[in-house]
Amino acid sequence: MDTKRTIFPSQGLPYLLVAPQLIITIIFFIWPAGQAVKSSFEREDPFGLSTSFVGLLHYLRLFQEPDYLASVGRTALFALAVTIISMGLALVLAVAVNRLIRAGTAYSTMLLWPYAVSPVVAGILWWFIFNSSTGILPYMLEFFGLDWNHQLNGTHAMILIIVAASWKQISYNFLFFLAGLQSVPQSLNEAAAIDGAGPFKRFWTIVFPLLSPTTFFLMIVNLNYTMFDTFGVIDATTAGGPNQATNTLVYKVYTDGYLGLNLGSSSAQSVILMLFVIVLTVIQFRYVERRVQY
Amino acid sequence: MASIDLKGVRKVYQGNVTAIHALDLSIADGELVVLVGPSGCGKSTLLRMIAGLETITDGTISIGDDVVNKKEPAERDIAMVFQNYALYPHMSVRQNLEYGLKNRGTPRDEIDRRVNEAARILEITPFLDRKPRQLSGGQRQRVAMGRAIVRQPKAFLFDEPLSNLDAKLRGQMRIEIRRLQRSLKTTSVYVTHDQLEAMTLADRLVVMNGGRIEQVGKPIELYDKPASLFVAGFIGSPPMNLLPIAALQAIAGGTMPSLPAGTDIVGIRPDQVVVGSGEGIALSGTVELIEPVGGESHLYVRVEGLDQTLILVQQGRASVGEADKVDFVLPLAALHGFNKESGLRVD
Repeated sequence: MDTKRTIFPSQGLPYLLVAPQLIITIIFFIWPAGQAVKSSFEREDPFGLSTSFVGLLHYLRLFQEPDYLASVGRTALFALAVTIISMGLALVLAVAVNRLIRAGTAYSTMLLWPYAVSPVVAGILWWFIFNSSTGILPYMLEFFGLDWNHQLNGTHAMILIIVAASWKQISYNFLFFLAGLQSVPQSLNEAAAIDGAGPFKRFWTIVFPLLSPTTFFLMIVNLNYTMFDTFGVIDATTAGGPNQATNTLVYKVYTDGYLGLNLGSSSAQSVILMLFVIVLTVIQFRYVERRVQY
Repeated sequence: MASIDLKGVRKVYQGNVTAIHALDLSIADGELVVLVGPSGCGKSTLLRMIAGLETITDGTISIGDDVVNKKEPAERDIAMVFQNYALYPHMSVRQNLEYGLKNRGTPRDEIDRRVNEAARILEITPFLDRKPRQLSGGQRQRVAMGRAIVRQPKAFLFDEPLSNLDAKLRGQMRIEIRRLQRSLKTTSVYVTHDQLEAMTLADRLVVMNGGRIEQVGKPIELYDKPASLFVAGFIGSPPMNLLPIAALQAIAGGTMPSLPAGTDIVGIRPDQVVVGSGEGIALSGTVELIEPVGGESHLYVRVEGLDQTLILVQQGRASVGEADKVDFVLPLAALHGFNKESGLRVD
């Protein structure tokens, strides 16, 4: 790709211009991340009075702790469910909106609203809808003989956070899918129509393969989202309960560190999560971007 | 193979914009008809209506004996070559060629036979396993053609298929398309805005302007006897000189002939103007510019009393230089008379 070169009058100016972003990144991201790595090798008492180096102790303990291993499985389920649901629905919506000629913009705008809602508010919103005593959904589910109670039933709680987290992510996926669909040349669709492919076949044999770069990108982004950005949704709805049923990895970092005051173990968990993101990102940049060429 | 018949075909877009005014056209079996006209004249819209990619507001389109107005593109048994080729970028050349046949449930051995045959004719056999992005513009063009011919459809529709190629390749492909169409004898409709392409390819030429047909006929008929001012100006390069009678009368004096009633514009092809003296309307002017094309030279001549510059074509090198005075004659037999009001030819 050609990039335009800008010549600055003095050598200091470009550094000055990127300084605010650099400072923010260092103070709020790099430094805390470094601290987390450091404290994952240390044992600290709750009051921060004494600290001792323990090596890989926290990591070794984590992989023997059934709670942690259960949380890994739970997180995988949660991440996959949210990714599949939110991407699937977003694709359906994008295809529908892409067919519209005039009302498309209006629908796109409305479909983007959930993305503007903060995670906590989104969580509370679904918590109200699913509330076992006042919510509208449990009331309706009762007609089907289903006694909804996410405060007691772990499966119900998991469904609640999956729904809430997916709902928020649909907007983002929708936007990317719509842009992807609009970049598929109309003449390919027309050529396929003349070649005797019906609308359904055209979508799966022409449009969907051409969307694969978008799909791969969104898959990585969504996995990252469910791993990290869903703290607000979980905290506002189930707070990890009942009985750990919705205690995902990122929420466990918080409960073990801030509530349990086990800073060493919490740090070790966040370092593992961080490694996971790094791996996903490397996959995205190295493997996926190359493979998806067509 | 089939004929294509258009009867009273109209296209009105939302907002009451008429793209095609009631239009009749018959294309015989095996004929190559070229639709030509400036941008926005409705030629592509008409082609897309035949293909089934645009709805028909009024009238009927029949391919063979079937009225296809309500039929899907797939059911019309036509093949189309697009301007941007519209090759499926994620499929290999072979898969591109097979796609239409597979969708129609053609047996495997028949698919292989037809694909190999098409690849052989178009000389794309070495590229069958490549992706379209690994091919040059000319090779992609061939693949697009191949995708049309493997289907063995009733008709080929070409939508400016050569306009993305460079001039040399365009010339080559033009000849190949002609040769291919002659040997396959498949009814073809070809859209272009390039009048040279139109002239050289067409069995019959359809000149369109503003959603209407200006003239239909053999290319040479249209060149020799343009039915309207528009066709006169559009067909032929460099274009016909169109001169108002009133201004000519003032400067040509005694050499001005009597012309049929209603003639107020005369046209003359640049290559029929005779430099020097002779029988006809005698004029003189100053050479503004000379374009030496090689085999011939184009002279742009300014004549006192005429608003527009005249174009003269001299075989070989120009006999005069730039800024020279030049005397020339418009022979009477070469003149085309037009009525300005109606825009039509007067004989």
